[in-house]
Amino acid sequence: MVAVPCSMRVHLRPQHRTVEIAGRRTVGRLLSELGVLPGTAMVIRGDVLLTDGETVEEGDEIEVRAVISGGAE
Amino acid sequence: MKCTRCRAKAEVQLRAHNSAFCRPCYVVFFQRQVERAIARQRMFARDEPVLVAVSGGKDSLALWDVLADLGYATSGLYLGLGIGDYSARSRDKAEAFAARRGLPLRIVDLSEVGPGLGVPEVAAATRRTPCAACGTMKRHSFDAAALEAGFAVLATGHNLDDEAARLLGNVLHWQKDHLARQRPVLHPTHPKFVRKVKPLYLVSEYETAVYAFMRGIDYVVEECPNAVGATQLVYKDVLARLEVESPGTKLRFVQEFVRTAQPAFAEVEHQAPGECAVCGMPAYGEVCSYCRLVREVETKRARAAAGRM
Repeated sequence: MVAVPCSMRVHLRPQHRTVEIAGRRTVGRLLSELGVLPGTAMVIRGDVLLTDGETVEEGDEIEVRAVISGGAE
Repeated sequence: MKCTRCRAKAEVQLRAHNSAFCRPCYVVFFQRQVERAIARQRMFARDEPVLVAVSGGKDSLALWDVLADLGYATSGLYLGLGIGDYSARSRDKAEAFAARRGLPLRIVDLSEVGPGLGVPEVAAATRRTPCAACGTMKRHSFDAAALEAGFAVLATGHNLDDEAARLLGNVLHWQKDHLARQRPVLHPTHPKFVRKVKPLYLVSEYETAVYAFMRGIDYVVEECPNAVGATQLVYKDVLARLEVESPGTKLRFVQEFVRTAQPAFAEVEHQAPGECAVCGMPAYGEVCSYCRLVREVETKRARAAAGRM
């Protein structure tokens, strides 16, 4: 049987956008590639939060949830 | 990465505090931060009923969760702003939170207060930005609702990022009167004002989001549609970049302002409000800013009605 390579799926909220990314990388690098500043989004896998040093890889379902809201006076 | 308190695997890293925490330790850390802010700023006493303004977002629901968990006597206040589906979803989240925890929730809907008083209609009729119109409507409605329900304290979910962004804006424009009033506890300057407190003023937006996530709070993740392009978001972005270069910048900016600079601005700000000639609530002119907005909306509606005749 030949293993079928699958990318990780990254769901960006609240943008309702999903991107597929291949390869292992740290959460910090993933955020950098997505142009997300540290401390402005939570990175969630399943029901667990990930710190910047953790590794995400192919097959993972990741949610990057922005935490910055604005408009208040 | 290990938890700073118990050495278990950490789930969150806080560079501003040079710490990392597992889930149970983070919840303790967060609640202690809020409790310490309440005590240090003497926001309210242990047995004092607190009305918590909740929007359905992470900050206000996290605040309500902490206060209820710490044993404070809290009631929620949800203000329907009339922002279409966004307001409907926000109200659902606030109601579901209150129901799940068995907490009392009061609801005031601007569209039921008067015709054309939803934030989008007020902003359009008065040619103000939605955020400016929203602020005026909220301030008046919060005071009026708290007064009517007999609360002396109103707590809001303003967090460190909100306060830092507001402070940056006030400093950039040297808004001395605003700087005089920017503090975590705003004592009433009129019998019809209530004490307004911000127990989350030293915890970042990231920290409240993490707390809400860890506590299983179901909040509105979507941004208010009116916030697109809001100046406050620009200030938050600038501050987030500074924070990456120098963790703890936002905390020091706000903490030291409150400790050292704010009292100097407050000293020169003495103007006490009178009463609005229309609604009787406190006002710095003959008519309060809320009634001025309502008057503009009514005038616009009357003109439109006359044009249709």
